[in-house]
Amino acid sequence: MSTEAVPALRVQGVSKAFATPEGGEVRALDDVSLDVADGSFMVLLGPSGCGKTTLLRCIAGLESPDAGEITLRGERIDTVPVWKRRVNTVFQSYALFPHMTVTQNIAFGLQMDHLPKDEIARKVEQSLDLVKLTGLGGRRPHQLSGGQQQRVALARALAKEPEVLLLDEPLSALDLKLRRGMQLELKRLQQETHITFILVTHDQDEAMSMGDQVAVFNEGRIVQVGAPRDVYLRPRTKFVADFIGEANILDLTTEDTGAALASWGPIPTEAWASDSPAVGGTSRTVAVRPEDVLLSAEGNGRFSIVDATFIGGDLHAVVQVGDARLSARQPAAHSSGLTTGGRCEVTFRPGSLRIVEA
Amino acid sequence: MAKGSTRARAGQGSWWAGLPGLAYLVALVLAPLVIIVIFSFLSRAKLGVGVKWEFTIQPYIELFYRESLSGERTFDPTYLQIFFNSVLYSLITAVVCLVLSVPIALWIATRPPKWRTLLVFLVTIPFWTSLLIRTYAFVIILNDNGPINGALQGLGIIGEPISMLYTPFATTVGLVYSFLPFMILPIYASAERFDFRLAEAAYDLGATKLTVLRRIVLPAVRPGVIAGFILVFIPALGSYLAPELLGGGKTSMIANVIAAQFGASRNWPFGAALSVMVLVIVMLALVAFAVIARRSSKRGSQQSLESLL
Amino acid sequence: MKSPRGTGASLKNFPLFGPMAAIVFGFLYIPLVFVVGYSFNSNRVVTVWKGFSLEWYADVLSNDDIQRAVINSLRVASISTVLSVLFATGLAIGLLRMARAGKTVAWSLIMAPLVIPEIVFAIGTLALFVQIRFPLGVDAITLAHTAFCIPFALLPIRARLRSVDLAVYEAAADLGANEWVIFRRITLPLLAPGIVAGALLAFIISLDDFIVSYFLAGAGGTTLPVYIFGMIRNAITPGVNALSTLLLLVSVVIVTISYIIARRKR
Repeated sequence: MSTEAVPALRVQGVSKAFATPEGGEVRALDDVSLDVADGSFMVLLGPSGCGKTTLLRCIAGLESPDAGEITLRGERIDTVPVWKRRVNTVFQSYALFPHMTVTQNIAFGLQMDHLPKDEIARKVEQSLDLVKLTGLGGRRPHQLSGGQQQRVALARALAKEPEVLLLDEPLSALDLKLRRGMQLELKRLQQETHITFILVTHDQDEAMSMGDQVAVFNEGRIVQVGAPRDVYLRPRTKFVADFIGEANILDLTTEDTGAALASWGPIPTEAWASDSPAVGGTSRTVAVRPEDVLLSAEGNGRFSIVDATFIGGDLHAVVQVGDARLSARQPAAHSSGLTTGGRCEVTFRPGSLRIVEA
Repeated sequence: MAKGSTRARAGQGSWWAGLPGLAYLVALVLAPLVIIVIFSFLSRAKLGVGVKWEFTIQPYIELFYRESLSGERTFDPTYLQIFFNSVLYSLITAVVCLVLSVPIALWIATRPPKWRTLLVFLVTIPFWTSLLIRTYAFVIILNDNGPINGALQGLGIIGEPISMLYTPFATTVGLVYSFLPFMILPIYASAERFDFRLAEAAYDLGATKLTVLRRIVLPAVRPGVIAGFILVFIPALGSYLAPELLGGGKTSMIANVIAAQFGASRNWPFGAALSVMVLVIVMLALVAFAVIARRSSKRGSQQSLESLL
Repeated sequence: MKSPRGTGASLKNFPLFGPMAAIVFGFLYIPLVFVVGYSFNSNRVVTVWKGFSLEWYADVLSNDDIQRAVINSLRVASISTVLSVLFATGLAIGLLRMARAGKTVAWSLIMAPLVIPEIVFAIGTLALFVQIRFPLGVDAITLAHTAFCIPFALLPIRARLRSVDLAVYEAAADLGANEWVIFRRITLPLLAPGIVAGALLAFIISLDDFIVSYFLAGAGGTTLPVYIFGMIRNAITPGVNALSTLLLLVSVVIVTISYIIARRKR
C-alpha cells in the first residue's frame, strides 16, 4: 500500500437530528464516519431522506452536527462558520444571485476573499472558460438555460479553488440527454482541477459512472463504501444489493458440510462467492443478481416460468422456485425453449451467491 | 442522545429583526386598545377632556339605561338601536357590493391575461384615493342642485328636486361606493384561480351558460365571496365619513356616536365603552367568518365535482 | 336555452356581464370625474355649471392655511413612510424566522390597525397621548400613521422576500459572506423593488388619512384631509373641489408609478 496520506476530508462520528413539527425527532445522521481521499470523486448515494444531503450540508457548514467531528486536511472545520471554510457548494437549485450578472455571480466569492480587481477579472475569465461559458458573462441568470445556469453555479464555486467541492444533486433538474453530457463534464472537470469532489445523488447510474468511491447511505448511516465496481459485485447488505442494480434476495439454510439448502433442494458449493462462503447450520440472507440466475429448458424442468419477455436481445424472466420468485436475465441466444408458462431448470453462475446482512 | 435542533438557515437573518417593529406596534396599537378598555371602566372627567381615575361600570350601564334627574333608571334602547342600525347598514352594504361585484370580477377574470392586470389596476385606483374625497363626491352628486337632480329635472321626469342627501339612502350609497373595491378584488382573486376547463367540461355535457354560472362558477368563487364579505362588513361597521357627511344627523352609526363622545358630548369613558362594544362585535364577526370559511373550504372542492355529475 | 357552441373566448362571455362591468366601472369613476369637473366650474354655486375657470385653483394655492396644511401633510407622510418602511423591512425578515406561536402574535399585531375600525384606533391613540401627556399635533399624527402604514409597507416587502430562493442566502454564505455582507449585497438589493412599492403605498395611505389626523391634530396639526373636511362641513365652497382634485391627482400619480415599477421588475 502507498504511504498513509492524510485524507482531504475526514468525517468522524457525526450525528444530527431534527425536530419534527409534531414534536418528535428524526435522526438524519447516526454516527457517520467517512474518509475522502485527496483529489478523488466521492459520491454519496442513497434514497431520499437517507441523510446524504444532511452530511453534505454539515461539511459545508450550513448545518451543525449534534455530535462528531469534521476535519479538513487535519484541521477541524465543524467549529468554523460556513463563510470561513475552504469548502464550496453547488446547490440543487443553483441559487444564482438573480440581481447580478454571470460575471458578478462568479466574482462574488473572490470579492469575499478580498482579491485585487484585476486578479478577480482574470479568475472569472478562467472559470468561464473552464465551464465553456466564455462570452456569456454579461447575461443575467434568467436569460440562461437550465444547463447554462448549472455551469455558472459550478464556475462560481470553482473560482475560489476550494479544498473540497460539494455538489447537491446537481443533475436532477436536467433532462436525460443533458444529464449524460454533464456527468462526463463533471468527471472531466474533477480530473482537470484535481479538486476533491463530493457529490450527492439518489441515481445509482450516476454514482456508478462518475465516482471513484461510492458511499451508500440508508436511514442516516453509511452501509458500504467502496469503488463502484466493488459495491456492485460485492454488496454487503440486502439494502445495498437491492439498491444498486437488481438483486434476488433469498433465505437459505446452510448445513455444516457447507452445502446450501434451498427450499427446493441443495445448491452446489461452487455457486457461492469465494469471499462469501457458506458455513455453519444457520439460515442466511443471500443475494444473487438476475444475470447470474441461469435458466435452461433442458433437464427436469422442475420450476415453472411465470413470465418470459424478450427485451432488447435479452430474456427477462420470472421463475417460481419453491416459495420464492427469482428474476433472471440472460441473452436471448441462450434462451431457446423458454416461454411464459413453460418449465425450466435453474442453476447459479459459480461464485455469484453472496451472503448479505439483512 | 443529541437534542434535535431546528434547521439552521445561513444568511436569512434572525427573528430579532422584527423586534423594533413589534415593540412599536405594541406601543402604538396594543397600548391604545388597552387604554380604551381601561378608560371604559373609569368615570367621566369634570371638564370633559380625559377621565377621572375612579373605577365604575357606569359607562356600560349608560349603554342600556338612562338616568333621570331623580336617579331613576329607565331602559333606553337608543344606543342598542344605533348598534343594530350599524350592523344593518353594514350588511346591506355588503350585499349590494356583492351583487355589483360578482359580474365585474368574473368579467375581468375571463378577459385575456394581458388586459387583466390593467383592469384590476383600474379597479384599485379609487381604493388608493382619499376616502374623504370619495365620500364628498356624493355630497355633490346627490345634492338638490346636483347633477342627478339636474338631469332628472332637465328630462322632465320630476318637477321639484328629490331630496336624496342626508338620508339613509345616501349613507348606503356612500358606504357601497367606499367599499366596492374591497369586494371586487377578493372575488376576482378567486375567479382567476378557477380552472375554466371545468366549465368547458360542463358545456360539453350539455349545460347552458346559466347553469354553468349557477352550479360551477359561483360555487368556485365562494372563498372570494366570503373574504370580500369580511373585508366589507367589518370596516363598514366602523364607518365615520359616510354617515357623517351623507347621512345628516339621522343616520348615525357607531363611529359617529363614539366621535361625539370625544368631541361635543365630552364623555370619554362612555366613548371607550362604546368602542369596546364595537371591538366585541368585530371579534364575533371574525370568529363567525372563520367558522363559515372553514366549513365552506371543506366542501369547496367537492362542490364543483358534484355539479358536473 | 341550448348549450352554447363555440370556441374558448365566446364560452367565457356570460350574458350581460360586459355591460354590468362597464356600469360598475362607471360607478367607480364618475363621482370622481364630477369632483374634478366641478373644480373648473366658474360658478360659485358648486353644482351648477357656468363656465370654465381656474380661479379656484389660484384661490386655493395662494391660501396660507392651505399651504400650511399641505406642508403638514407632506411632513407627516414622509416621516411615516420612512419609519414604517424601516419597521416593515425588519418585520418581514423577522417573520421569516419566527416560530409559529410568535408569528401568529406578530401577525395579529401587524394586521390589527386594518381590522379594528379606524375610529377606535383614533380615539385610542388620542387617549394614549393624553394619558402620557404627549402633545397633539403633527408629531402625534406621524406616530399614529406610522403604526397603520406598517401593514401596507409590509405586504409588498414580504412578497418580494418570499419570492427569493432561500438557497441564495446559503450560497452567499458558502462563498464567504458573513451576515452583514449578505444583508448589504444580497438581501437589500433583492428587496429593493418591494421596499419602493411599500414606501409608495405607505405614503399615499398617510397622505389620504382623515380620521386619525382629525383627532390628533390638536391646535396646529391640521393636515390637508382635515382641512378639506372643515371646508365641507362649514360651507361648500368651490375651492373644495380644486383641493380635492389636487389630492386625487397626487394619489393617482403615485399609484400609477408604483404599478409601473411593479410591472418593470418582472
